[in-house]
Amino acid sequence: MNMMSEAAVEKALDQKMNTVPFKMIGKDVSVYYGEKRALFDVNLNVRENTVTALIGPSGCGKSTFLRTLNRMNDTIDSCRVTGKITLDDGDIYDPSIDVVELRARVGMVFQKPNPFPKSIYENVTYGPKIHGLARTKADLDQIVETSLQKAGLWNEVKDRLHESGTGLSGGQQQRLCIARAVAVSPEVILMDEPCSALDPIATAKVEELIHELRTNYTIVIVTHSMQQAARVSQRTAMFHLGNLVEENDTDKMFTNPDDQRTQDYIMGRFG
Amino acid sequence: MSTSLILLIILIVGLAAYFAGRARAMASSKGKLSALHSLPGYHGVYVAIWAVLPAAFVLAVWLLASPFFIENSVRSALPDTVKSQGAATTELMLGQVMQVANGLKRLSSDELAAVTSGSSNLREALAAKGVPMANAGEPYMVEAAQHYNSLRDGSRWVMSLVVLIIAIAGAVFAIRGISAPFRARNRVERVMLGTLLVASSIAILTTVGIVGSMLSEAIRFFQSVSPSAFFFGTVWDPRFSAAGSGGTEGQFGLLPLLAGTLYIALVAMLFAVPVGLFAAIYMAEYAKPVVRGIAKPLLEILAGIPTIVYGFFALVTVGPFLRDISAQLNGLVTGNYVNFIQAQSVLTAGLVMGIMLIPFVSSLSDDIITQVPRSLRDGSLGLGATRSETIKRVILPAALPGIVGALLLTASRAVGETMIVVLAAGVAARMQLNPFEAMTTVTVKIVNQLTGDLEFNSPQTLVAFALGITLFAITLCLNIYALYIVRKYREQYE
Repeated sequence: MNMMSEAAVEKALDQKMNTVPFKMIGKDVSVYYGEKRALFDVNLNVRENTVTALIGPSGCGKSTFLRTLNRMNDTIDSCRVTGKITLDDGDIYDPSIDVVELRARVGMVFQKPNPFPKSIYENVTYGPKIHGLARTKADLDQIVETSLQKAGLWNEVKDRLHESGTGLSGGQQQRLCIARAVAVSPEVILMDEPCSALDPIATAKVEELIHELRTNYTIVIVTHSMQQAARVSQRTAMFHLGNLVEENDTDKMFTNPDDQRTQDYIMGRFG
Repeated sequence: MSTSLILLIILIVGLAAYFAGRARAMASSKGKLSALHSLPGYHGVYVAIWAVLPAAFVLAVWLLASPFFIENSVRSALPDTVKSQGAATTELMLGQVMQVANGLKRLSSDELAAVTSGSSNLREALAAKGVPMANAGEPYMVEAAQHYNSLRDGSRWVMSLVVLIIAIAGAVFAIRGISAPFRARNRVERVMLGTLLVASSIAILTTVGIVGSMLSEAIRFFQSVSPSAFFFGTVWDPRFSAAGSGGTEGQFGLLPLLAGTLYIALVAMLFAVPVGLFAAIYMAEYAKPVVRGIAKPLLEILAGIPTIVYGFFALVTVGPFLRDISAQLNGLVTGNYVNFIQAQSVLTAGLVMGIMLIPFVSSLSDDIITQVPRSLRDGSLGLGATRSETIKRVILPAALPGIVGALLLTASRAVGETMIVVLAAGVAARMQLNPFEAMTTVTVKIVNQLTGDLEFNSPQTLVAFALGITLFAITLCLNIYALYIVRKYREQYE
């Protein structure tokens, strides 16, 4: 993919989505929190270099599904996942899989900007240092620069890399978190309502960024904003009460959905 | 009328005032409760407060002030022959007069007449009623005692009357003020605020008082021993304060005690900090809720054990154990079975104090670690960090200021700890670095200087106050610094 020019990638993406290969495949995914079942046999595939938006009313399971993709649900004691999820044909719930390595391949950006209380530089180098991606200080400097550039933050912070990351504005913090995730060179980036804590201008910047990132990464984004899903994504999946209602090209989803419930949700009849 | 009876009457008036106020409020609402600004109960409480508080205040002031005036009056009525003998004798005689006055009340009128006329012996008459007297007593004493009694009784009656009038007047005044729009609720609220204010100022004033009394005694000490000899002296040898032993003044060097205090505290912290911190990390990060629910209270039971019990433990178990094991070790290595750890040593005291401090370190650190937002953990885990990497690189650095604050608080406890060191550290005041030998601490020496039968005017006892104020200053500084750090840390996440 890296060999292709950007224009070619754009062109390929703009072709019929169905021809794009799957990056992650979820088959019969169910999630239980203790006795309570949160997801019911979800079959959802994520296409490569595509932004897939997960929408649906609160508590519908979209964030839960997102967190199964890099096994963040493992950090919750009572949580149990059944079914099969593959990343490039490898089962990520296979006992032989190192969850740490998985999360390096499938990065995550959270709802609330959560920079570490360290300098901007250290925030970005955190992942690369842990995973040994850099040998020298020069390597690290390079990673910091490219990651911050990819996150569209470089020009704003290049003169104060050693100031605290918590001192940035909310939108800058969120882009720092994206840079932090990008620095590990993941293949997939999961975003859990990344703009819900941001003002409209910061939101626009992050959305623009997501648009650019998809040339290099596969992105799955959970959002409450239908407009956002329409703006940034190529594929949209609609969840309701723990079930996957419909998954379709975003254009079709917002103009002529197959399922009545999707229609109702998009028209604002419930949710 | 006795004081408790007066109090009871005030309370009854208050209760009556409450119901009267309620009834008055009900009446002014004309059957519509919502027409009242405040609920009837508030009006009742408002009236009751007016009935009770001013009366109780006057009662308290009167009870405090009246003995002073009565004694003054009696003192000035004493014969000039007594007054000319100086203040001490006057006070002594005044005490006797009060004793007599107390006794006279128990005599029947016949006996009283006999005593006043001088036909019966005052001392014997009183002794028969169970009131001992130091000497035979003099005629003027009976006179003064009667004067005293009459003043006291008069004062009491007037007081009862005044207090009652104030109670009723307060109630009446408050009841007259009640109307539907009257804001009784807000007034009651203000009284509540005042009560809370008084409670907190009592706590603060007590602290100020303690510091003040320690300071004044310490200043008396520094009048006989120079501050430089105390603060920079390296020899602790207070001697005994034998009567008339002006020439054998002891040496009061603080440094050996301070060295022992800090050394033992250091050993205790060296032991308690890693154990407590690791326990806290386990509890906060790894333990399942069930384990945490059981283990955390268990750990905190340690904090509830009285320190004297730790002292026993050190004296009876840990000290002899260390002594014996050191003898065995020495025997294995050199063939000479002589112990190199004393039963009472810095190590013993430090170790046991360390055990005592574990729950403080772990419980405080646990609170601070769990305060680190979950989003930071998720962020780190989401980047593919392991649990321990997350703890080491994100959580502990984020929690560090708070943990340092917690450790400083713990250190101030270690410095001020008394019972463990009294039993386990020994009493030898010396400056040395071997942790297997006995050293002593400031607190041990305070206990030593203040036990037994003593008079509080020699430097040997007064030094305890100087030691106390020094210790207080150290722990106060530690606490203030710790609170400053903890507070600064809290602001980060708000």
